[in-house]
Amino acid sequence: MNPMAQAPSLTDFGHDPWWLILGKIVFAFVVALLGTLLGVWFERRVVGFMQVRPGPNQLGPFGLLQTLADGLKMAFKEDILPKSADKVIYFFAPAISVICAVTALSVIPFGPMVSVFGHQTPLQVTDVPVAVLVVLALSSMAVYGIVLAGWASGSTYPLLGGLRSSAQLISYEVALGLSIVAVFMLAGTMSTSEIVAAQGQGITFNLFGADIQGPGWYAVLLFPSFVVFFISIVGETNRPPFDLPEAESELVAGFMTEYSSLKFALIMLSEYVAMVTMSAFTVTLFLGGWYAPWPISLWSGANSGWWPLLWFFGKVILLVFVFVWLRGTLPRLRYDQLMRLGWKVLIPVSLVWIVVLATWLKAQDWERNDRLVVLGIVGGIGLIAALFWPSRKPQPKPTLVEQVENRPQGSFPLPPLDLQVPPSPRTRRMVAEREPANAPAGQDSQEV
Amino acid sequence: MITSTVLASGAVSGGEAVTFWILAPLALAGAIGMVAARNAVHSALWLVLTMLSLGVFYVLQAGPFIGMVQIIVYTGAIMMLFLFVLMLVGRDAADSLIEVLRGQRIAAIGLGVGFAVLLGSGVYRATQDSTPVGLEQANAGGNVQGIAQLLFTDYVFAFELTAALLITATIGGMILAHVERRKEDKRDQVATMKARFAPGNYPGPKPGPGVFATSSSVATPARLPDGRLSDRSTPDILPVRELTAEETTLKGTEK
Repeated sequence: MNPMAQAPSLTDFGHDPWWLILGKIVFAFVVALLGTLLGVWFERRVVGFMQVRPGPNQLGPFGLLQTLADGLKMAFKEDILPKSADKVIYFFAPAISVICAVTALSVIPFGPMVSVFGHQTPLQVTDVPVAVLVVLALSSMAVYGIVLAGWASGSTYPLLGGLRSSAQLISYEVALGLSIVAVFMLAGTMSTSEIVAAQGQGITFNLFGADIQGPGWYAVLLFPSFVVFFISIVGETNRPPFDLPEAESELVAGFMTEYSSLKFALIMLSEYVAMVTMSAFTVTLFLGGWYAPWPISLWSGANSGWWPLLWFFGKVILLVFVFVWLRGTLPRLRYDQLMRLGWKVLIPVSLVWIVVLATWLKAQDWERNDRLVVLGIVGGIGLIAALFWPSRKPQPKPTLVEQVENRPQGSFPLPPLDLQVPPSPRTRRMVAEREPANAPAGQDSQEV
Repeated sequence: MITSTVLASGAVSGGEAVTFWILAPLALAGAIGMVAARNAVHSALWLVLTMLSLGVFYVLQAGPFIGMVQIIVYTGAIMMLFLFVLMLVGRDAADSLIEVLRGQRIAAIGLGVGFAVLLGSGVYRATQDSTPVGLEQANAGGNVQGIAQLLFTDYVFAFELTAALLITATIGGMILAHVERRKEDKRDQVATMKARFAPGNYPGPKPGPGVFATSSSVATPARLPDGRLSDRSTPDILPVRELTAEETTLKGTEK
């Protein structure tokens, strides 16, 4: 079977009956909610495993119902409205976050064309020519939820958290957008379903006259973009090590300090839904979407029917695991380190990579000689730069004794270098007076 | 590849009309609310509402790319920077209600309404009988591709000029805001540490009296690491003195 027959294109959307559309929307919503419910449990168990402790294991099998119990508990807690809060905005801010995070799932392709009660329909709520930009727009709107939550609380720590998050998210959005540009250049489209379809084909490139079938995943083809993209989405979802807006060791809980009860639950919900959404977005853009990974893809039926749902969610769970792994491993960055990474590393790397990629794509059409000439010029410049790059010769390091002797007059006195501090007269006297505890053994011990 | 939206046709479809009549009042309310709101952050949020509605209008009128870019750039980045500054200014920054010019508010409302009526009726009369043409042709190769083709062929000079203008403005702003410090004024960590341990400067906190000393008396000076006495550790009014061996011997009371 031709695998491309299963891949939906933009013309396949917009022909569903109303009940099918409703069903798809409910499905995406349930994915978001279940993702949160299981995501919190998953995170706590995995972090527990990494920290050599059990994690939640009492409620339900493997502690699966712990999140549900926590959610119920939160619903019955007192809802506190701070006196100095801006009431309307305080109320709406968590809702903005949740709505934006959940809506982004509507343009994520979960699978290929399937048959639902006789209707051929793609496993995706909808797709538009600018679907990737829709996700970006929603993630940039989700910032409002955090910033406004911080501002409307009317207290210092949330305000600081909100300020941090607005600056952080704007910075990382730039790197995020730039890293996706490479995907657009290779796929030639901004629609999510077509980007997935473009990754399903694989590429053939000519290496020394032999045609080699390469992988189609953009994580492989556009590895620098993938790295920048993943770092950026960790920053964009406020996950550790970039969770400065809620840095608990500095800002209590950051922007959500004043929130309690269901509003707090909504904020937690939005955080985990955003994590699931961004993982699904990464899978769509870089990890081949619902296409089966390599060993499974040898089976001809792997990419048709309902099977791709399994591959898709498998990849999403793998990425969520990476999110949790990062949290369990890395310490939180300082704010200036975060900004330096965003502006001085991620954005320049993205820009240079886009230029290199554009040149490479353009050079595919050139004559062989032209290509070699350009390669020679670039390589020559690189070689000359490497030759004349000012190198710093390492000074021979003086020994410790030399360093001590070279100290100018009047320097702070040093203790003796042999580390033998002369015992104080008082200690000496007490030792001498005391009865020796380990007296040399007498006759008895020698006999035994 | 058919990437133009279904709504690209000249006729106004039902869905388009419904969306318009829902969002148009919201956009207007946002604009009025922005002017009327006392609190600066509320003003900004009303403006966000208007910008979001405009973004959806662009999508409705077969410009999905410009609609999404409107939301990402204007709502997501520019308004967010506005909010950032407003939050830095403080949450209690509200307009004062004192009218500086007498009757200014009434006059402004009257003139504003008059101008809106004039503009609205003018636009209405101008577009009453016209039929939109060329949307399908413009979106024939895809909306994004069409914009890209225009930007990189016919309008490349204007596009680059705008980019240069923005970059100039950005760099100008950075230069104005940048506090120039001479190189010798800046002390990095290594220089700070060298100065700290330079001869004549005492690097640590003052040693407490009695540290490494033969007695715990306040009058007993501390010893420096090499065994010399440090007179920085004793109060100035007390004479520095070393206890004699007789004074430091134990009195035999500890047993």
